Amino acid sequence: MRIPLSWLREFVPVPADATAEDVMADLVTVGFEEEEVHRPLDEMSGPIVVGQVLEMVPEPQSNGKTINWCQVRVAPEGQPQTLTGEGIDPSGVQGIVCGAHNFSVGDKVIVTLPGAVLPGDFRISPRKTYGHVSAGMIASARELGLGEDHDGIIVLSRMGLDPEIGTDVLELLHLRDEAAEINVTADRGYAFSIRGVAREYAHATGTEFTDPASLVSPPEANQDGHEVRLEDQAPIYGVPGCDRFVARTVTGIDPNAPTPAWMSARLRLAGMRSISLPVDISNYVMWELGQPLHFYDREKLHGPIVVRRAHEGERLTTLDGKDRALSTEDVLITDDRGPIGLAGVMGGAETEVTDATTTVLIESAHFDPVSMGRTRRRHKLPSEASKRNERGVDWEIADEAAERAVQLLVELAGGTAEPGVTDVGTRPDPSVVQLPAGFPTALTGVEYTEEQIERVLTDLGATVERGQDADGQTTYTVTAPSWRSDLEIREDLVEEIARLVGYDQIPSEVPVAPPGRGLTREQSQRRRVLQGLADAGLTEVLAYPFVSEAQNRLFGSVTAEEGAAQRMVHLANPISAEFGYLRTSLLPGLLEILRRNHSRGFRDLALYESGLVFLPSEQLGSASIPPLGARPSEDVLADLNAGIPHQPRRIAAVFAGHDSAPGAGHAPRSWDWQDAVGTALDIAQILGVPLTVAQGAHQAFHPGRTAELRLADGSAVGVAGELLPKLLETSDLPARTVALELDLDALMAAAADVVVAGPISTYPATSQDVALVVDTDTVAGDVLATLREGAGDLLEDIALFDVYTGTGVPEGSKSLAFTLRFRAPDRTLTADEASEARAAATALAAERHGAVQR
Amino acid sequence: MTESTDQAPGQRPDQEISPADETAVQAAVERALADFQAAGTLEELKTARLAHTGEKAPLTLANRGIGKLPKEQKSVAGKLMGGARGRMEKALAARTAVLEEEHAARMLVEETVDVTQAVRRRQVGARHPLTLLSERVQDIFVGMGWEIAEGPEVESEWFNFDSLNFKPDHPAREMQDTFFVDPPESHLLLRTHTSPVQMRSMLERGAPVYVLCPGRTFRTDELDATHTPVFHQFEGLAVDKGLTMAHLRGTLEYFARQMFGPEAKIRLRPNFFPFTEPSAEMDIWHPGAKGGPAWIEWGGCGMVHPNELRAAGLDPEVYSGFAFGMGVERTLMFRNEVPDMRDMIEGDVRFSQHFGMEI
Repeated sequence: MRIPLSWLREFVPVPADATAEDVMADLVTVGFEEEEVHRPLDEMSGPIVVGQVLEMVPEPQSNGKTINWCQVRVAPEGQPQTLTGEGIDPSGVQGIVCGAHNFSVGDKVIVTLPGAVLPGDFRISPRKTYGHVSAGMIASARELGLGEDHDGIIVLSRMGLDPEIGTDVLELLHLRDEAAEINVTADRGYAFSIRGVAREYAHATGTEFTDPASLVSPPEANQDGHEVRLEDQAPIYGVPGCDRFVARTVTGIDPNAPTPAWMSARLRLAGMRSISLPVDISNYVMWELGQPLHFYDREKLHGPIVVRRAHEGERLTTLDGKDRALSTEDVLITDDRGPIGLAGVMGGAETEVTDATTTVLIESAHFDPVSMGRTRRRHKLPSEASKRNERGVDWEIADEAAERAVQLLVELAGGTAEPGVTDVGTRPDPSVVQLPAGFPTALTGVEYTEEQIERVLTDLGATVERGQDADGQTTYTVTAPSWRSDLEIREDLVEEIARLVGYDQIPSEVPVAPPGRGLTREQSQRRRVLQGLADAGLTEVLAYPFVSEAQNRLFGSVTAEEGAAQRMVHLANPISAEFGYLRTSLLPGLLEILRRNHSRGFRDLALYESGLVFLPSEQLGSASIPPLGARPSEDVLADLNAGIPHQPRRIAAVFAGHDSAPGAGHAPRSWDWQDAVGTALDIAQILGVPLTVAQGAHQAFHPGRTAELRLADGSAVGVAGELLPKLLETSDLPARTVALELDLDALMAAAADVVVAGPISTYPATSQDVALVVDTDTVAGDVLATLREGAGDLLEDIALFDVYTGTGVPEGSKSLAFTLRFRAPDRTLTADEASEARAAATALAAERHGAVQR
Repeated sequence: MTESTDQAPGQRPDQEISPADETAVQAAVERALADFQAAGTLEELKTARLAHTGEKAPLTLANRGIGKLPKEQKSVAGKLMGGARGRMEKALAARTAVLEEEHAARMLVEETVDVTQAVRRRQVGARHPLTLLSERVQDIFVGMGWEIAEGPEVESEWFNFDSLNFKPDHPAREMQDTFFVDPPESHLLLRTHTSPVQMRSMLERGAPVYVLCPGRTFRTDELDATHTPVFHQFEGLAVDKGLTMAHLRGTLEYFARQMFGPEAKIRLRPNFFPFTEPSAEMDIWHPGAKGGPAWIEWGGCGMVHPNELRAAGLDPEVYSGFAFGMGVERTLMFRNEVPDMRDMIEGDVRFSQHFGMEI
């Protein structure tokens, strides 16, 4: 909301030397955030004066253009030129070359003299052009930053002005004014007006506020006005779409009457373009009083105005020329022939005021904010009017606003007010709030006196009645002013008291929370895993969760049952239609970040991320949502929660290139599938969860280099290995990129609550090796598990230390070499005991896998 | 010297020494001591040692000859030879020590390397500064006895809006440009703030409750230098008997001092949020701000709206509470002078790596 200072000064005393910055500094103390300063003089300076064209000689040029060589008087005749400077003629007459032709001798124009600066750092100086020295410029509206019109120069008479020659134009056109722009929060609709902001400024500075509404005296309603009927057949939440409609008529206006300079200057500072006098007047009144108005060309109305909801299938062509299909929720202004306006949002094209209009019907109405918001959203028609109507306009101001518009049309457009005054509707019940006198202190910790409370509420415009509750404590019955529909509960009043007495009065006290539990076990586990991977040399990244459908189809979910149809969450309004789905796997996002780093020249990469994936169940969402302000039943809450997609936490990593950078005397190692599997096992070990590795299958992974990771109960919790070469190639990813993804929630849940310490035997260990020949297809992990089982309790540890094929091993077989470490808890093992255990292990491997000892 | 050059020093095969010949023995010892002293390396010393004390050395042979001497000469010869051996061993040990010390010193010189050639054999990892900063914030509140609560990122509209007193048609609902789940009738969305977790915490725990809710949040902003559609927040909620705005300010000031040092201050300015009443915008006095100490807009806060308490089944006549929320990205931006929001989300390894593991 922009506040021209001259306008503000009409209703509240603002120091003469106060700048927009000063005003904003005061307003911020009562909760209006500073946005920007708008000050024409920041980019414009004089001398810019009124001149009269004495002589103009058309001179055709070789380029086909004709210029005018003009003599322009810029100081009153018979008086000396008081301005001095290079290029300013002491005679008071300037020779100026002008390319425009929309003026004639005798016209008063705007002359920017040498030394002047125009917007865009356009510096005026005498210059040689077309064979003359042109000492200044005759200005157009655009050159002065007054509008887009640059078809010709400004002729002051057409603006209704006939100033003295030499008059300072910055003064004449009110360009010395400036505006403060403040942010108005969504609850404070009243502050979208000079009236509302002036009141707040008075609160902030402790000065006297003059209500602009009190400066007009609207006539009483009578039976002679244009007939208006409010016939809402389908109110929303029981609130009628329109509960007040004031209609006034002004006849005989001059359609060509110009908007006075002071008004267009204020509107421009407020951020609105000057369009035509009637439109400017309706905007001016809206800005001043906060009441949006609509003007109809009464000659185009047929019969009484009826305000109702749209019928099925109705259409309306709005002012912007668009033909719109209407919803039965839209509130319409209609006449005998059908819709003539989308109430409070935009008027219809057919009854629009044009430059031929001489009789204007003014609509000043009060609409339901909810209906207004819905219509604005539905038709995507944000406007200054809808902004105010959605936030709630003062119900009481409608007749004053209409009267103010009538006055301006009479005064500026030469119109005559018809005596008929229509004012229909029903005043809504005012908001009445009970405020115990001790409550503001109880909520804020500030010791307010009763005098402070009463004064603040009265200053706001509320009616305050003092009373006593059953315990004899003071309590107030507060009736909110009609423009403050946001004051509904006692807490709203406390905010007003705290705000106007000052938030800086609030003391500081640290509350003591009850003894807490610290981080949960899961939160600690997660931190350890994240830190563990960073310690292991990986870099943590955070990818967006937005992916394409194809990416989700390819990567699926690491815990999805094979063949289960992949459901995924689709966004209704994604930023990019292609990436309109929520991830079911962390890998697409991680790979994108890998690709980005790779393209920036980083070849050796190890990245990881932990985050949620989104796995909707059959029920997606809930059909309805419970109302606000009440605890839903357990059933309703359960239904809400059942509709929320499953969002387990995953951890994933990708590796490309080498484990380190090459250097003198150091040959780095390429990351390979074992790093992926090994890192998965590291994560499990950080959590103390035993994980087994099995041959796996995943469509995004190399079919021969994919491991499935399983918990002790056999359930799959993740995948690790090399990504499919073809996929890497087509996705522009480094060859041999390896990856892993684990269901971190499942892993954390599998961690033992309490690890039970086993005895540590201090007797010596005996190690024995065994080499077994098995079919190539036999998986080492299975053989190892069998050996572990067969070796029994004396086996302390077992590891695969060699895999061999070649001489001595039959075709189609391989030799697996294991080392087994035996130890007894209570004695030194003999070599025979160890050999016996090893033999038992080998026998079981022979039985299960056909393993032959080499 | 007249010996042939292929003979080791001290060897005089042509010259047998009698163990009884004191002059010859002493001369042989002197030769040995001279050779030991002349040895410049441990290798040369070894050769000299073998020449003078080895199996075939004249003195060794002479020693063996003691047995062949007449009985009366044996004792004198024994003493003579013992003395000779003693002198040689002593000299040998002394020379060995000297040469070993020289050798060790030489090794250290020879093994000198160019330390600037050192290679990083292991890639160094890093945490993401956003998660580190979030953890640091959590630790501060855990230290105050608060608990850390988390919740889903895809939320029900009720938890994100209605339960927090966003009226269905209020413009405030549009202040937070929301990603909705398709179809819209599912009433699901990507949470626009972590406040739904506050509601879940109240529903689950009742009162009193003191929780900090960190997490990822979403709004339909295009990515640029100061906006990102995916960002992180931390919100605090305290509901108890008798809580006031003074407790809100006290908590924020304590927190600000932990984050920004003992000079940090908090300023509250009136603002509007549907879920708090009264509401405030919170500025922080940041003494270390780039370009000098300044007030910096940090987040929103206020007293929990009674409708929010009611939605959680708590009686606003009995309980009151306060809540606040800040953006992790924004905090990181002004605390650590991150110039561009995109640096935080693109995952460039350089960004994380220059923070390391601590923030």
